[in-house]
Amino acid sequence: MELLYEIPIVGFLFQFIGYLIDVFPIIAPTIIAAATPIALGALCGFMNERSGVVNIGIEGMMLTAAFVAWWTASLTAQLLPDSPPGPLGISPALLIGLGAAIGAAMLVSLAHAWLSVTVRADQIISGTIINIFAVGITGYLNLLISRSAPPSAGQFTRWEPPAGLTELPGIGWLFEALFAQGPIGLTLIVAVIVLQVMLFRSRWGLRTRAVGEHPEAAETVGIDVIRLRYRNIILGGIFAGLAGAYLTIEFGNSFQGEMTNGRGFIALAALIFGRWTPLGAFGAALLFTASEGIQRAVRFGPPEGALGDFLASVPTQFYSALPYLITIIVLAGVVGRSRAPAAIGRAFSREKRERRQRPLSPAAGAPPPSGP
Amino acid sequence: MSEGPVTTETLRKEHPPQASAPEGASRRLPPLRRAFRTLLLPAGAIVLALLVGAAIMIVSSPLVDGDINPMLPLTAYSALVAGSLGSFNAIVNTLVQATPLILAGLAVGIGFKAGLFNIGAQGQFLMGALAAAAVGIATAGLPPILAIPLSVLAGVFAGMAYGFVPGFLKAFTGAHEVVTTIMLNYVAIQIVAYVASGPLRGENASFARTETITTAALPVIAGREGHIGIFFAAIAVPIIAWLLFRSTLGFEIRTVGANPDAARYAGMRPRALIILTMSIAGLLAGLAGATEILGQVGHMPAAYATSVGFDAIAVALLGRAHPVGILFAGLLFGAMRAGAGLMQIQAGIPVQMVNVLQAVILFFLAAELIVRYLFRVRAGGAGVQEMQTITRSYGEQVAK
Repeated sequence: MELLYEIPIVGFLFQFIGYLIDVFPIIAPTIIAAATPIALGALCGFMNERSGVVNIGIEGMMLTAAFVAWWTASLTAQLLPDSPPGPLGISPALLIGLGAAIGAAMLVSLAHAWLSVTVRADQIISGTIINIFAVGITGYLNLLISRSAPPSAGQFTRWEPPAGLTELPGIGWLFEALFAQGPIGLTLIVAVIVLQVMLFRSRWGLRTRAVGEHPEAAETVGIDVIRLRYRNIILGGIFAGLAGAYLTIEFGNSFQGEMTNGRGFIALAALIFGRWTPLGAFGAALLFTASEGIQRAVRFGPPEGALGDFLASVPTQFYSALPYLITIIVLAGVVGRSRAPAAIGRAFSREKRERRQRPLSPAAGAPPPSGP
Repeated sequence: MSEGPVTTETLRKEHPPQASAPEGASRRLPPLRRAFRTLLLPAGAIVLALLVGAAIMIVSSPLVDGDINPMLPLTAYSALVAGSLGSFNAIVNTLVQATPLILAGLAVGIGFKAGLFNIGAQGQFLMGALAAAAVGIATAGLPPILAIPLSVLAGVFAGMAYGFVPGFLKAFTGAHEVVTTIMLNYVAIQIVAYVASGPLRGENASFARTETITTAALPVIAGREGHIGIFFAAIAVPIIAWLLFRSTLGFEIRTVGANPDAARYAGMRPRALIILTMSIAGLLAGLAGATEILGQVGHMPAAYATSVGFDAIAVALLGRAHPVGILFAGLLFGAMRAGAGLMQIQAGIPVQMVNVLQAVILFFLAAELIVRYLFRVRAGGAGVQEMQTITRSYGEQVAK
């Protein structure tokens, strides 16, 4: 090891990798905890965009769900008598809060589906409306509610995986980080695997991909494009609901205005970076939050020598900006290309198979003259 | 129809810009009727939004007063009007609040005209603000006559450069501007946080911010805070209107927005136009940021909480991406921002109600069929015509 570190320049890289191997078991739980809401948000985007509908309103859906989860849980906790929480900290109040959050996010998703599928309004505008509305309504209600300082309903607690798993030499920390989580965190891991398999191995997945790539062709083989889009968008709301609830009743136990803090947009980035697949999006979310995790590790326990000095001299804001920069670079096709579903952003209309653009003028719209 | 190849010039001759602007059925009506018809849908959306806002206030009134209070919306809206138009200072404050909204609204609107969704007005605004603050501090020794133009120009160029990047990426790699500008917004937040809490951090400030801007501060000419920056918006609106509707460049921008294929076929260069439009948009948003920092805030905070860039999207949509429409939409939203404080004090309604109203206005514009049905409107669409190009291109990765 020491020999490798001595090599000029490349040794620097080996030192860095060695440092990462050292600190990863320590920072892995925080990385996964930070990645969970982002990955859940990305799954919401996945359900939308794979069926051909842009969703930039993930942020707003998450914020709404976060608020609804916290408020409903708090209200229920005030009404119901105190009872000791069950396993994983599950209490009736938290479950009702979770259900309400999912319901609220599905309702917002329904609005998105109605605007973008039925009204055929612009899908990006629809997402923008959701984001502005969510900031407004949650901020408005939160300010009114916080005047009476409602009590928190608590939060879900972590599952303890069997010791046989977490004490495995070498990889035990990975199981510990992945499975020592609350119910929402565990749901994510299951959902990622299930959706990944279903996308490529089930009838639903095939149909969804068809609708996202070529809705007209899907229609001709008898797939109800509009119904499938509605269903997928509304089901996607479940994940936005989980993402929001995670912030206020699992990761934390309180709500602050605009607390999603751009996570919905990073979720969009993770989705793109992960090439519109659940597993890819989860990986991208982990990569993005790893950047923050490493920053924290460097602050509290920098590696020794020149590498430590170098890492400590990098401004913390650089680590925070890194996910966004990586996304831009990937999108620009510098490092591999990420391709969106072909029909994304196009409103589907049953009557008009191809929604034509308004020709500028007869001269420009007509085919070029054939003769000399 | 003339023979020979179709060029920009022949297109221009046969289809003068006014006529080619897609206005739907209302095209041949006399000007007043046309203006009335154009205004009906936005006005209907605003009325409906106020009604929805009132409903939300009544439903939530137990949280405000402890009891259902059907008169609460009346109290709130009258405070909103009093706070924005009730006195000379209130009107000046409305103008001050509207200025960055109009400038950034133009930044989003000109993007719409070229079929580009510039969600990055927020980032361009921040970069303009940061550059203006940096130069404003660096030029503290110079007289205002030099310091002000230098600082404003710095903001303008920084915004332009920040708008150029997504334009360039879109033109040459096909990376969609909606995603790249969202990402650049967050990068801008981090850049501001780094600069204002690191190299440029003021020594005597109680929180992370730059030094106070002295000579580069925009002079106040009216009321308590009516700085000369309000003229920037007043000048920018006619310039952009001229650019879009009376110049060849504007014609090409609008053609690319309406139909990129037709534009390419007519010999225009969509790539150059995309880059140029995004740069102009960045310039406008950067000017908005510079105005806000030099005229209002007086320093650059490391955690600068602003939503101007996002409100600008609402402004541009409500104004139908037309400079004059954006002017009025900006004034409306500026008035709401100016009056929101008084509304919170007098009626106990949190200022976030303004965001709710904005979102609901946009909702009714997007779902215009509701407004049409309720108000029996048959006139041309309230939407932005070039919008189709934007969403269609979301999944396209390679620009031709």
